[in-house]
Amino acid sequence: MQALIDILQKNALTPREDIARMLDLSVEQVQAEIARLEKEGIILGYQAIVNHNKWDTDSVTAVIEVKITPERDGGFDRIAARIAKFEEVQACYLMSGGYDLLIVLEARNLRAVAAFVAEKLSTVEAVQSTATHFRLKTYKENGAFHQVELTPERLAVTP
Amino acid sequence: MSIRIADTVREIPRSGIRDFFEVVQTMGDVISLGIGEPDFATPWHIREAAIYSLEKGRTGYTSNLGLPRLRRTISDYVYNHFHVRYEPLSEVLVSIGVSEAIDIALRALLNPGDEVLYHEPCYVSYAPSITLAGGVARAIPTYAEDNFILKAEAIEKAITPKTRVLMLNFPTNPTGAAMPPEELEEIAAVCIKHDIVVLTDEIYSELTYDGKQHFSIAAVPGMKERTVLLHGVSKAYAMTGWRIGFVCAPVELIEAMMKIHQYSILCASIMGQEAAVEALERGEQSMVSMRREYELRRNYIVRGFNDLGLECFRPRGAFYVFPKISTMGLSSREFSLRLLREKKVAVVPGSAFGPSGEGHVRCSYATALDQIKIAIERIGEFCEELRVSEAAA
Repeated sequence: MQALIDILQKNALTPREDIARMLDLSVEQVQAEIARLEKEGIILGYQAIVNHNKWDTDSVTAVIEVKITPERDGGFDRIAARIAKFEEVQACYLMSGGYDLLIVLEARNLRAVAAFVAEKLSTVEAVQSTATHFRLKTYKENGAFHQVELTPERLAVTP
Repeated sequence: MSIRIADTVREIPRSGIRDFFEVVQTMGDVISLGIGEPDFATPWHIREAAIYSLEKGRTGYTSNLGLPRLRRTISDYVYNHFHVRYEPLSEVLVSIGVSEAIDIALRALLNPGDEVLYHEPCYVSYAPSITLAGGVARAIPTYAEDNFILKAEAIEKAITPKTRVLMLNFPTNPTGAAMPPEELEEIAAVCIKHDIVVLTDEIYSELTYDGKQHFSIAAVPGMKERTVLLHGVSKAYAMTGWRIGFVCAPVELIEAMMKIHQYSILCASIMGQEAAVEALERGEQSMVSMRREYELRRNYIVRGFNDLGLECFRPRGAFYVFPKISTMGLSSREFSLRLLREKKVAVVPGSAFGPSGEGHVRCSYATALDQIKIAIERIGEFCEELRVSEAAA
């Protein structure tokens, strides 16, 4: 049901009646399919994309590159899971290349980020090193632009 | 003094779409399903490629036939999508959209009085282009009951000793019809039998739905040598304003068309040609995602009209639906004008696409879904009011 997932990923609030028409299904079928995707954990949740240029909460977003010594049993997974459990961690990815984990962190302020890195992250035994970068401005997030482009004018009727 | 206008031009009616457009322009706040172009801007990577070529100072004329690089790209693209191989440097011409290509192809082919067959309802320029080229336009009506496809028998019946050309446009503007390969093969056999040249406008070929592959008549054995294949980047790559089309045809016909093209146009704009290279070489993914979006909207709008009690054929391609409105007791023009005035929704009267389009209106689903949704609601209200007033009368 890739088409259904595409629609929900673009706009999870699309009315179910509209989805039914677009996919040529009944509303009940759409509801059942969404329920199934949710139940099976294929759809994990729905979130709003907030424009932080307009809704300034003084919070700080940082991305942190982390180098890790993998464990004999379980490789990176156990350590990654442990780091991911911290509430401030918004995302955590295993990466190829110069470092191992990429963490997206959201914290109240700079000090909170510093504290997280110094006290929580660096003290994890397998962590070799970290490099922290702060977000300055957002241009695009989850496929949505933060500065809305004006729609170009079209002629009202064309052949 | 009054300036005398040439008879042929004076006698050609203005496009019904243009008339309608002028009414729409006087009104604000209209939701338009009248637009025959994608609502997407050209994909960014294509725009970016054009900007890059401008930065490099590539701003001159090109060869009359078009940039050799673009012609090679077209040749490969046509081979991959239509399974016909054209020699890039002698059998391909880059034109100002398919519109110019139709004009020069007809002018290169017709002697005064030669007859040209085309299926109707059809794109607004066909009959006038034939007349302007000195030919005689002969429409073959197609019907909703047949899913608006063209039947070989109908062609056979319309053929006279003066018939020289058959024009095809599948998927069709305004009906969204597409031809099954076996029907096209039958048409090909008729054309070979009667020695007719086929002018096939396949501008909507990428936009075919339900997972179906487009099939070109040029790919039927024995047809390449009598087919003029017209295509371009406008619809599939959302590039209408760039004005880039192309023609693939036998070398002697390209030569003839090139003579007209070089004296009247010289060449298509280089920026557009550079952008077209990017579109055809690397635009597949953007095109597929736009097509996916159109298909969802098509499903939405077809169900919407049928739910309103306006019978609507499920189009196989392009981005138009052509619902039947004759049950509402108004001509397509009256229906469209009143819908516009009373509900501020613009659709195009079917009669603009020839007499056999009467009884229908064309609605484009190259329009954002939220707009389509409001439009359908308003059309629903309009029809309800019509039914009520008819019952009262």
